[in-house]
Amino acid sequence: MAGLEDLYREIILDHYRSPRNRGELPVPPAVMAEGHNPLCGDEITVYLDVDGGPDDGVVRDVKVAGQGCSISQSSASMMSQAVIGKTVPEVRALVRRFKGLMSIEDADGAGDGDAAAVPGATGDDPHPLGDLEALQGVVKFPVRIKCATLAWNTLVQALDQEAPASGG
Amino acid sequence: MTSGTTTPAPTPTVDWAAVRADFPFLERRIDGEPLVYLDSAATSQKPRQVIEAMASSAACGYGPINRSAYRLAGEATDRYEGARAAVARFVNAPAAHEMIFTKNATESINVVAGAWGRANLGAGDVVVLTHMEHHANIVPWQMLAADRGIEIRWVPLTDDGQLDLTDLDALLDGAKLFSFTAMSNVLGTLPPVAQLCRAAHDAGALTLVDACQFVPHNATDVQAWDADFVVFSAHKMCGPSGIGLLWGREALLDEMPPFLGGGNMIGNVTLDGFTTAPLPDKFEAGTPPITEAVGLGAAVEFLETIGMDAVRRHEMDLTRYALDTLGQRYGSDLVVHGPSNVEVRGGVLSFAFRDLHPHDVSQVLDERNVCVRAGHHCAKPLMRLLGANATARASFYVYNTTDDVDALAEALDGATDIFGL
Repeated sequence: MAGLEDLYREIILDHYRSPRNRGELPVPPAVMAEGHNPLCGDEITVYLDVDGGPDDGVVRDVKVAGQGCSISQSSASMMSQAVIGKTVPEVRALVRRFKGLMSIEDADGAGDGDAAAVPGATGDDPHPLGDLEALQGVVKFPVRIKCATLAWNTLVQALDQEAPASGG
Repeated sequence: MTSGTTTPAPTPTVDWAAVRADFPFLERRIDGEPLVYLDSAATSQKPRQVIEAMASSAACGYGPINRSAYRLAGEATDRYEGARAAVARFVNAPAAHEMIFTKNATESINVVAGAWGRANLGAGDVVVLTHMEHHANIVPWQMLAADRGIEIRWVPLTDDGQLDLTDLDALLDGAKLFSFTAMSNVLGTLPPVAQLCRAAHDAGALTLVDACQFVPHNATDVQAWDADFVVFSAHKMCGPSGIGLLWGREALLDEMPPFLGGGNMIGNVTLDGFTTAPLPDKFEAGTPPITEAVGLGAAVEFLETIGMDAVRRHEMDLTRYALDTLGQRYGSDLVVHGPSNVEVRGGVLSFAFRDLHPHDVSQVLDERNVCVRAGHHCAKPLMRLLGANATARASFYVYNTTDDVDALAEALDGATDIFGL
């Protein structure tokens, strides 16, 4: 039986109470994407500032705005911490890893399986997702998976906007 | 009674424990504990009578309706039409053939928008809605606005979640249709339906009443309302999902073009075209929900046995008890949206609890088997007016008791423990 302590881990509540990287970034140079959870009405805005192109660019800054439940807000907070300083390919790989953690396979079939090929996320690190692993308990509450992935899907929308603006 | 805003007359005492005994879901255990189901505004639980009527009809009384000579088919047709007569009687419709079976109330509104609307509304024609409508009574009209250029006007709300009728006559001036809810699925508000119909007719507009939340909980009289179209759903009134209702005045339904084309709705078909069948078949293309109609008929009989005035009184008592109990226990930490006077509200309580997101509230309540809805309740424009993305919502029905309200109040304490408030 899945208990609430599996869902509301202390680290999740910490990010919920004190969300990191809240706010906005000027657009441009940053790009912005809005995500909605049609089931609950949660709305989230991700601002993404990438230094460089889609292949070698580095995430200079991420800010998150909007409203949501403890799971969506803490997931957004942890996401922002996890991606700053990473290259775009590393971020995309991290998204796949996170969705794997949520038991979601991407349309291209890339789930948890190929994540070991990601630079900086090799098998010798027993906790490649760091704090994000605290969200693993969400899988036991399937209704909440959409809450946990909202910020990540919105991040991907922002990355996809960034992609054509090569060198931006 | 002409609307839901008055207290029903005293009725004989109902044995509510016996009513509860008719609901098998109350025997369900999760984590060894019974369920406290407070989400009947979304969909209601089903009594044995409905489940058994559907099972027996599907098992040994099933056949096509309206199209075969053998006795089994005749029995199925009789039961199907019997359900229509029962539900027509239930809301005091003048004639059973004015009661159209649809898929749900959403489809019913789409029939009116798609058939009546397309035949009668053009660029600049006005449809008046209210700020407390469900998406089902917004989007079909927005689709017509995009397609035909109709204008939509909105009746605003007062601070306590009732319709602000100050400028109603101006809003209705020149309108073709006033389409509004008889009970808000978020606020529980019971607008004065008969008064609104009268105002619309005085302005030369027709009326559509979204009675989805009203019919399951109140004695309904579509003739006393003097409405033109009334829609509701079986699944919120102890019946099955998959069948909804559209009642319309015979003359209007006769003038309207059909909505869906196909079998059963035709008078004749040639290579050059078709003629339509008389009501109600004209609006029932294809094989309808036969078993579901039987369930709906049984649900109507079940509710009639309790008596709708008794249902309303029971829910007023529960709502009053809930407002008192939650108010005493949590004070300003718990804010219930909508009117505080139970005379003008049904048994639907949307609330904000401290600073917690409704998803987290409902998750904590689920730990104690207390089932409430969390979300925007398919009423996003209203949510924005309330300044919320979402609310938690508890709603009552015939199987609920004051113990359920107490369980809700106690389970909310779990949120305090987890979130350290």
